[in-house]
Amino acid sequence: MVRFTLNGAAASVELPGEVPLLHALRGPLGLSGPRYGCGAEQCGACMVLVDDVPRHACTLALGAVEGKAVRTVEGLGTPERPHPLQAAFLAEQAGQCGFCLSGILVSAAALLARDPDPDEATIRAALEPHLCRCGSHNRIVRAVRRAAGALRGEEARA
Amino acid sequence: MSGGAQFHGLVTPEDGRPRLPGSLHTNRRLAQWLTFHREGFVTIRPGKVELGQGILTALAQIAADELDVALARIRVQPAATPDSPNEGVTSGSLSVQDCGAALRHACANARAIHLSVAAQRTGVPLAALRVEDGTFLGPAGPVGSYWAQADDALLECEALPEARPKPPAARRVAGTSAPRLDLPDKVFGAARFVHDLRLPGMLHARVVRPPARGARLLEVREGPLPGEARVVRDGSFLAVLAAAEHDAEAAAARLAARARWQEADTLPEEGALADWLRAAPHERSLVAERDGAAAPAASVVRATFFRPPVAHASIGTCCAVARWSDGALEVWTHSQGIYNLRADLAKVLRIAPERIVVRHVEGAGCYGHNGADDVALDAALAARAAPGRPVRVLWSRTEELGWAPFSPAMLVEVEAAADAAGNLVSWRAEIIGNGHSSRPGRGAEPTLLSGEYVEGGVPVPPSINPPMAGGGGAQRNAVPLYRVPRLRVDLRRLTVMPLRSSALRGLGAPVNVWAIESTMDELAARAGADPIAYRLRHLDDPRAAEVLRAVAEMAGWEGRARREGVGMGVGFARYKNSGAWCAVIAEIAAEAEVRARRLWIAADVGEAINPDGVANQLEGGAIHGVSMALKEAVRFDRRRVTSDSWETYPILRFSEVPAVAVRLLPRPDQPPLGAGECALAPTVAALAGAIRDALGVQVRAMPFTRETIAAAMDAA
Repeated sequence: MVRFTLNGAAASVELPGEVPLLHALRGPLGLSGPRYGCGAEQCGACMVLVDDVPRHACTLALGAVEGKAVRTVEGLGTPERPHPLQAAFLAEQAGQCGFCLSGILVSAAALLARDPDPDEATIRAALEPHLCRCGSHNRIVRAVRRAAGALRGEEARA
Repeated sequence: MSGGAQFHGLVTPEDGRPRLPGSLHTNRRLAQWLTFHREGFVTIRPGKVELGQGILTALAQIAADELDVALARIRVQPAATPDSPNEGVTSGSLSVQDCGAALRHACANARAIHLSVAAQRTGVPLAALRVEDGTFLGPAGPVGSYWAQADDALLECEALPEARPKPPAARRVAGTSAPRLDLPDKVFGAARFVHDLRLPGMLHARVVRPPARGARLLEVREGPLPGEARVVRDGSFLAVLAAAEHDAEAAAARLAARARWQEADTLPEEGALADWLRAAPHERSLVAERDGAAAPAASVVRATFFRPPVAHASIGTCCAVARWSDGALEVWTHSQGIYNLRADLAKVLRIAPERIVVRHVEGAGCYGHNGADDVALDAALAARAAPGRPVRVLWSRTEELGWAPFSPAMLVEVEAAADAAGNLVSWRAEIIGNGHSSRPGRGAEPTLLSGEYVEGGVPVPPSINPPMAGGGGAQRNAVPLYRVPRLRVDLRRLTVMPLRSSALRGLGAPVNVWAIESTMDELAARAGADPIAYRLRHLDDPRAAEVLRAVAEMAGWEGRARREGVGMGVGFARYKNSGAWCAVIAEIAAEAEVRARRLWIAADVGEAINPDGVANQLEGGAIHGVSMALKEAVRFDRRRVTSDSWETYPILRFSEVPAVAVRLLPRPDQPPLGAGECALAPTVAALAGAIRDALGVQVRAMPFTRETIAAAMDAA
């Protein structure tokens, strides 16, 4: 039994600790956001946050997240209460097939948590582990900048 | 002109029936396309499928417009056999033409039927009725609605040719940048992809591929497998089946180590692929010939252009779910053509097509014929071992990059001549390579990967090229749009196919357009002319000239300054010579590798149903072109594809993506043309032109890397 926090709630999984986290998330935990893309840390489709740090769920052993906080795209926001990044991706129509977006969104969230005003090169560097085949890169970068602006505005008002 | 008017009264010679627009002609019953619901919404049923290109949003916009209902009232039903209209394959940038035209006409017809019934019932003259968000309004207010008449089976009839869609100026929803209907699910991580299906009792399977192409399975040693996984074997098709996905994955790895195969060298020498193409058995055909009066040639350009095979390289690997019950099969798939897939599944599985239901569920972007159909057969084969249970098969990255069909290697040889004034007088080209279509459902033999490996299976036949009337395959865009009195284009389609090839975004266009545009650059240089001015003086098509002028203006072409190590180039094509016009200017920096810095794109796609969606497709197609041109090549040894990871098959990354500016020429009165493929080939050509501008060398082989550029310099 492996116990951890998943998107703010307690979670436990009856799987051997060496099973990749991705299989636990998509299997018994029933999530769809983290996606299999390569199984080799080469595309970023499976990216999740472990204690706020982007990690490849395809190779990370489930046992390694014992007691930690795991956040997936499902934990960012909902259609009713979207995360500013999700709102910005919709505003910029930043995506085509969308298969890469779950991973990109969590990496972008980690970036904005440590750098509230990243320039374009910083955003591209943060998203470098992610592949997008549809060519939505520039829209994605614009969306991250838009979300950064929105987040800073929210903080200014708070 | 309305979509319906141009067809009014025409009878098609093929079937003697009055011509109806797009796919409505062969799927004539209105109820097949749309249904009104009492609850106040409309279901539309396109036969075309969402591939991440946003087509369902555009189709919903067309329906909302013609019906006069809010876009939010349109529900789009994913395609499924046997009820969805059979619209063939979602490919070739034809969905708006085929399906959009059909839906526009069907909805206009449905609206007219409902209004005439309302007029009869209420006594309000038809001319005094209008529709506002589905409610019928007469002079004195509401008199009914689609919703109130929803149960009346009014659409159980054939469409009429005389239905009249709205004139362009009356459209309110089509022509606007409505947000994508599918995107919210994708940014909230909802279960939208076929990969996310979780059916009760579902099992997971993985295929164990041979270590070499065409290898035969000799023996599988017995032994325990994780999760009590079961082995499924049919001839040389080998798979494992387990309740949990991680067990299936682990079991496949263990089983692979226990399998013994008979292997042989079946692939050409990678380093001598161009020579192999020239020598391979083939079938020759004439693509186009023109023999006009021409001035004598004063200057001749000869060049050969080579591109290795390239992969679709979807971010999501191929996936399908299948379930057998009582000898009937149900399949959930991201195939581009559900009826075509059904036909080939029936051939391999030796059951009647009517015993198979194929349901489309979205997958990752495919960019053409990838392994989507193949994995559906894999799922059907694996599921045969567990009747009544849904079985999900997911390909590994290794399978995706190593076993899906590729866009074939191509060799294009050009000989062009100009007169003393520098004007083009003759053009000869020969295109050599495998065919570009191996889609299922079109031939006598099935074309699905595992069909070759099952007991009694036969090899996938060599790919074909669609005829020029259908846009062509290898020969797509091989006939220049530039004025030239003498022309001959030949095609050599190989009759052997060591590496399975099929359709990838643009088919032959990226190589043909690159060959044409590079040759035009060389002729312009010899004539002492500006590359764009030289193209313009050979173009009679005003819409072609307009995209070139527009892109020149966007990029500041005229006033561009020469900078050390930086180059600008232009590429132009009208996709398939019958689709969208697109011109691209690329700016590159020649560093250790060529780096694309900026792209400017001007396009004319006729009526743009969703301008932002069109821009997204143009940007995406262009970035795909940069990736193909600068980075991509399928690698192989004599037995297997070796570029089966993202490390060995790199594609363009965030730090390498150029800035892209798009201008769409407004053509609301012109028929809509697809936008997904038109930008790719001109982008490849523009990059080659920019390299020439920066380094003074004409690259002759893709991808444009340090090695191929150095080789071109040596050859010069």
